[in-house]
Amino acid sequence: MAVVFEPTKGLTSKPFHYCPGCTHGIIHRIIAESMVELGILENTVSVASVGCTYNSYDYFACDAVQAAHGRAPAVATGIKRSLKDKVVFTYQGDGDLASIGTAEIVHAAARGEKITTFFVNNAVYGMTSGQMAPTTLLGQVTTTSPFGRDASYQGYPINVSELISNLTGAVYVERVCLTDYKNIMNAKKAVKKALQIQMAGLGFTMVEFLSTCPTNWGKEPVEAMEWLKEKMIPQYPLGCFKGADIDVNNLAKKEEA
Amino acid sequence: MAQKRVLMKGNEVIAEAAIRAGCRNYFGYPITPQTEVMHYMAKKMVQIGGNFVQAESEVSAINMVYGAAAAGARAMTSSSSPGISLKQEGISYIAGAELPAVVVNIVRAGPGLGGILPAQSDYFQAVKGGGHGDYRNIVIAPASVQELYEMTVEAFNLADKYRMLAMIMGDGTLGQMMEPVAFRDEEPIEKIEKPWAAVGRGGRDFHNTVTSIYIDPDDLEAKNKELSEKYAYIQENEVRYEEIGTDDAEVVLVAYSTCSRICKNVIKQAAEMGIKVGMIRPITLWPFPSKIISEVADKPNVKAFLDVELSQGQMVEDVRLAVLGKKPVHFYGRNGGNLPTQKEILDEIIKIREGGNV
Repeated sequence: MAVVFEPTKGLTSKPFHYCPGCTHGIIHRIIAESMVELGILENTVSVASVGCTYNSYDYFACDAVQAAHGRAPAVATGIKRSLKDKVVFTYQGDGDLASIGTAEIVHAAARGEKITTFFVNNAVYGMTSGQMAPTTLLGQVTTTSPFGRDASYQGYPINVSELISNLTGAVYVERVCLTDYKNIMNAKKAVKKALQIQMAGLGFTMVEFLSTCPTNWGKEPVEAMEWLKEKMIPQYPLGCFKGADIDVNNLAKKEEA
Repeated sequence: MAQKRVLMKGNEVIAEAAIRAGCRNYFGYPITPQTEVMHYMAKKMVQIGGNFVQAESEVSAINMVYGAAAAGARAMTSSSSPGISLKQEGISYIAGAELPAVVVNIVRAGPGLGGILPAQSDYFQAVKGGGHGDYRNIVIAPASVQELYEMTVEAFNLADKYRMLAMIMGDGTLGQMMEPVAFRDEEPIEKIEKPWAAVGRGGRDFHNTVTSIYIDPDDLEAKNKELSEKYAYIQENEVRYEEIGTDDAEVVLVAYSTCSRICKNVIKQAAEMGIKVGMIRPITLWPFPSKIISEVADKPNVKAFLDVELSQGQMVEDVRLAVLGKKPVHFYGRNGGNLPTQKEILDEIIKIREGGNV
């Protein structure tokens, strides 16, 4: 009998602990599938961060290092510099990356570290129960912006992909979402492209995923997906901010200077 | 066999020793008075094909060390007091994840920005934790440029052996002074397998994880007990100290690193005056040489201890714990970047004798 579907070997058999309607599961799967399809599962070290995915190493079937809050790009720098022929990626949320870890992400990108960052932006702190994140939308109600985020009081959302794409060391930056099949396939394409560019040694790569958090948004899963489309995408437009012209089918390995 | 002696600066010798010990990963951030470690690494490490990264902060530098150590490499960072404070987060994670790493603290006077001159006021921070959680670091306090060399090499071996952080604690005087140093032809590098490292699965049918998080309280308690057992073993087996003239001393000085060098001259000067002074010089500040201090306190000839530090009195607490009230423990300290003179220490000794405590 022909096998029409099987779980990816890039994930362990451990069931996800994520809430219903959260998109971490989809992101995990497309990263895991990409590792397998690129033949790098045995050759990759992932860096888990702090937040809902602190234990992503329980799910990804590659070697892993857990990092302190915001420090994943620095930890990944240490790993990659000592294991130059391996693939290293960080998996970080918006509190981790866009708040406490801004120095680490900006400088890892500026140095052109040959690592990939998977940045999951759900406009809120997830694990610590729904506080305002740097990415929280204006007007959005959270546990620490109970009257809605007010620009005159709490400032403005940070558009991380736009920010990082301004740095010369960042060679590929794309923002994707996971609202339907087409977008999920597009997201997977971005994941593979980022990893392939890293393997070619061109520089820093990042994929930002607009993601849902029904639990902390106080919404049903379907409702959350609609809210993402209606509210988040206008603030965080989808698209490739850097490296759109890089052709993954024609990547020459960059020789070390 | 020792080669010919060369004149080198303490900070540069630390860097050279690390390279000789097989360290190929240095991550740092500029701060006085440890700058020469970084300058030396910036040139030498690159020349030999190692990694030198000038990090965006001390916080990032220690996390780069964490990453390289997690990948099984010998890695180090160096800094001075305010920078070491910033590294405490990473130091705690290194302890939690049981990673071997070397951190150098060329101590300057604090608190706050303090001053750039030598001090020993980071003793508490180094030996009592510094970061959060139940953990220890091996803390080694060399007293000469030659010792900086030998003990930096040893720090890498100890870190690998016990999967923990080893700190070299010097001060501005030691880092900046030039002394002759004799390098060995071959370093006594202990090669230790690291099957736990995250290097990519390769042929393994399981994946390695380096982490410090244990959500289940029983798991975390078990982990902490395991760490405590390791620390107890080290306390039994890795104490280093120097003992001078305690068999007939009336007053025993306790001092480490730069302070111990001044004290050695005081011992000679006192002997010329007919006063018998001995010394215990802790070389490992953790594990602390409590046992020998306790034994010396039992000697009938020993009437009192005088602890001398470049602080307002930090190590003296551990000396008192070791002496356990068996003999009086006096303290003399200078601060702010000042060093005590021989005369100041000698005057203290005379005062102790005249005070009837001897």
